[in-house]
Amino acid sequence: MTAIVLEGVTHDYGATRALDHVSLEVGSGTVTALLGPSGCGKTTALKVIAGLVSPTRGRVRLGDRDVTDVPAERRDAVMVFQDHRLFPYLTAVDNVAFGLRMRGVGARQRRARAAEALERVGLGGLGDRRPDALSGGQQQRVALARALVLEPRVLLLDEPLASLDTHLRDDLRALILEIHREHDLTTVVVTHDREEATVLADEIALLFDGRVHQHGAPRSFFERPRSARSARFFGAVNLLPATASSTAANSTGPDGAAAGSIGPSSAGSDLRLDTPFGAIDGVPGAVGSGAAWVTIRPERVVVDPAADRVDVHRVEGRVVAASFLGDRTRAVVDVDGTEVTVDVHDDALIDAGPGRSVRLGLPINALWTIPRESSAPQPEARPADPPRGP
Amino acid sequence: MSALQGTPLPDASPPAVSRVDRATAAAPPRRAPRGTVVATTLLIALLLVPFTPLVLASVSQGYFFPQVIPETFSARAWRLVLDPAGGAWTALGATVRIALTVTALSLVIAIPAGRTLGTRTFRGKRAVELVLLAPVLVPTIAVAIGIHVVFIRLGLAGGTLGVVLVHLVPALPYVVLLSAGVFANAALGLEEQARSLGASPWRRFVHVTVPLVGPGLAVAGLFGFLVSWGQYALTLVIGGGQVVTLPILLFSTASGGDVAVTAATALFHGAPAVLLLVVTSRVLGGSGLTTFGGVR
Repeated sequence: MTAIVLEGVTHDYGATRALDHVSLEVGSGTVTALLGPSGCGKTTALKVIAGLVSPTRGRVRLGDRDVTDVPAERRDAVMVFQDHRLFPYLTAVDNVAFGLRMRGVGARQRRARAAEALERVGLGGLGDRRPDALSGGQQQRVALARALVLEPRVLLLDEPLASLDTHLRDDLRALILEIHREHDLTTVVVTHDREEATVLADEIALLFDGRVHQHGAPRSFFERPRSARSARFFGAVNLLPATASSTAANSTGPDGAAAGSIGPSSAGSDLRLDTPFGAIDGVPGAVGSGAAWVTIRPERVVVDPAADRVDVHRVEGRVVAASFLGDRTRAVVDVDGTEVTVDVHDDALIDAGPGRSVRLGLPINALWTIPRESSAPQPEARPADPPRGP
Repeated sequence: MSALQGTPLPDASPPAVSRVDRATAAAPPRRAPRGTVVATTLLIALLLVPFTPLVLASVSQGYFFPQVIPETFSARAWRLVLDPAGGAWTALGATVRIALTVTALSLVIAIPAGRTLGTRTFRGKRAVELVLLAPVLVPTIAVAIGIHVVFIRLGLAGGTLGVVLVHLVPALPYVVLLSAGVFANAALGLEEQARSLGASPWRRFVHVTVPLVGPGLAVAGLFGFLVSWGQYALTLVIGGGQVVTLPILLFSTASGGDVAVTAATALFHGAPAVLLLVVTSRVLGGSGLTTFGGVR
C-alpha cells in the first residue's frame, strides 16, 4: 500500500521552478530518502508533503485521501526540521507536549506521554531543561520526540543528521531506524549525503533540478545508475567510453535515455559495446545505440582472472599509480589509453609498482552501460578525467 | 537644566533593520566582567545625578546658586503640584491618554510594517527605511509648522486627535524600526514548526508568535510611549495651548520663575516615565531591554 503519492507536483518560487512535475510514490512503512545536491528541490518536496508549501500544480495524497488543499495542521504528517526549531521559551518536556496540547490533550496526560517520549529518545531526566541548556544532539532528539509523541502516519525528516558530529550522527541514525521499526512508521528523509541515504532508506529518489532523476533501491544507484550524473553522484569512478549497438530487438531508441526502461527491471538490455580496449557482447545497460559510458565498480574488477573464466572481458594494462587505503588498495591502471580504477584487498598492485603490466578481467554482469551526454559538461569527452562524485 | 525634559528620551538613533549577530545573541548568559559593572554604574550615576538637585529644589524654600543644600525646606511646591484642583493631574491624564493612543496606533502600524521590513527583502526597502528615519533626521519644529497649516485646514489643530497624529511622526520611526529588529531576530520558522505539529492559525499566534515577539514589541511600544510622553514642541504647535500635557505645563511653570514648583513639576513629569521603564525591564526579566524576541 502506498502512504504518500505526489502526482505531477510543480512548485514555483516566483520565477524559480523548485519542483518540476514530480511524481513519486512512497510505500507504507518504508523509509524513503529524497536525495540530491542543494537547490534540487528536495526540501520543497518534503514541505509539499507536510503541507507547508502549496504546490503550484499537481496533487498530494496521504493514504487514500487527497490532501492537496488540507492545511499542514490538519495533515497526519509531522516535519522535523534540520535546525531543531525548539520553542526557546518552553522546557524540553513542554516542547514535546506541544503537539498534544494543540490536539487538546489534558495537561497531566500530555506531560506523562511527553516524558515517556523523551525517555524513548534517551533524554529521560532532562525534561525540565530549556533548549539552550541542551546540546545540539539533545535538541535534535527532543525535536524527534516531539514528532513521535503524536504518532503520525508520516514522519518527515529534513537533514536530521546534517548538523551533528560524526559519532552523534551514528547514534541518531540508529535511533531513527529503531523507532521506524518499532512503529512501522512511513518516513521520508531529505538528505544531500548519499551514504546517509543508502544506510537509512529502503528506497531513494534522486532529485536533480526539481525533477526525480532516478528512483529505486539504494543498490540500484550503485549497480544500475540511469545516467552519468546519477553514477557520479553515487561516487562512480569508472566511466569508460564506449559505443553501444543493440544486438537484441529490445532497443529503447537512439538516445537510449528513453523514459520507462530505467532501473533494475531493464537489466536485460543486451548490448554490444565497442571500446578502446576491445568489443564486448551481452552487456546490460540503460541505453540504446550510440555514444555510451560503460561503468564498473572498482571492487568488481578482477586482477589476474582464472584462465577458465568465460564471463569476463580480459584486458591488459599498466599500473599508473597505486595507494593503500587501509581496508583496500586502489590502483589506476592504463588499459589501451583508458584509465581503469581497481580496488583489491592485497598489496599485489602496490608491490607491482607503477609501470608494471597487469592482467584484468571485467565481469560482464558487473558492467553497466549508460548514455554519454551529447552536451556533456566537458566540451570534449575526456575519459582520463576521473569522473568522481561530488 | 538637562533634567527638565525629565524623560530618558532615546537619543541614540534607532537600530538599523539588520540581524543582530545570532551567535552573540544566543550565547548563554555570563557573569558580567568587572569593567562592565563599573561602566554600567557610571552610566546610571550620570542619569541619576541631575535628578538630585531637582529633588532638593522641589522641597526647598529659596535655593540659590552657591548652596549645595537648601537652607530651608518646605513642602509648599509639592502641595501645590499635587493639589487635586491644580492643573498637574489634568495634564497627567491628558499625557497618559495621548501617549497610550500613540502607542496603540504606532504598534498597529509597526507590527505588520516591522514584520515585512524585518523578514522580507523587496525592491526599494532601503528607501522605505530612509523615509522612516526621516523624522529623526529632519528638525521636528520645521515639519511641525507645515503640518500645522495642513491641520488647521483639516480642523485638527488645537485638539487631542491632532496632537496624537503629530506625535506619531517622531514615534513611528522608533517603533517600526525596533519592531523590524524584533521580527528579524525572532525565529519565525517556529510558526511553521507549530503548524506541522497541528497548531491552528489562532493557536500559532497565541502559543508561538506572542511569546516569541511579545517582549520585543512591548519594548518597541514603550519607546513610542516615551517619545509621546516627552514631546513638547509638537504638542505646543499643533495643540496651540488648548491641549495641556505635562511638558506644556512644565514649560509654562518654568517660565513662571518659581524654582521649587518647576522642580516638583519636572519630577512629576519624569517619575512616571522612569517608573514605567523600570517596571517594564523587570517584567521582561531576562530578555531585558536590549535583546528582542526569541533568538534561534
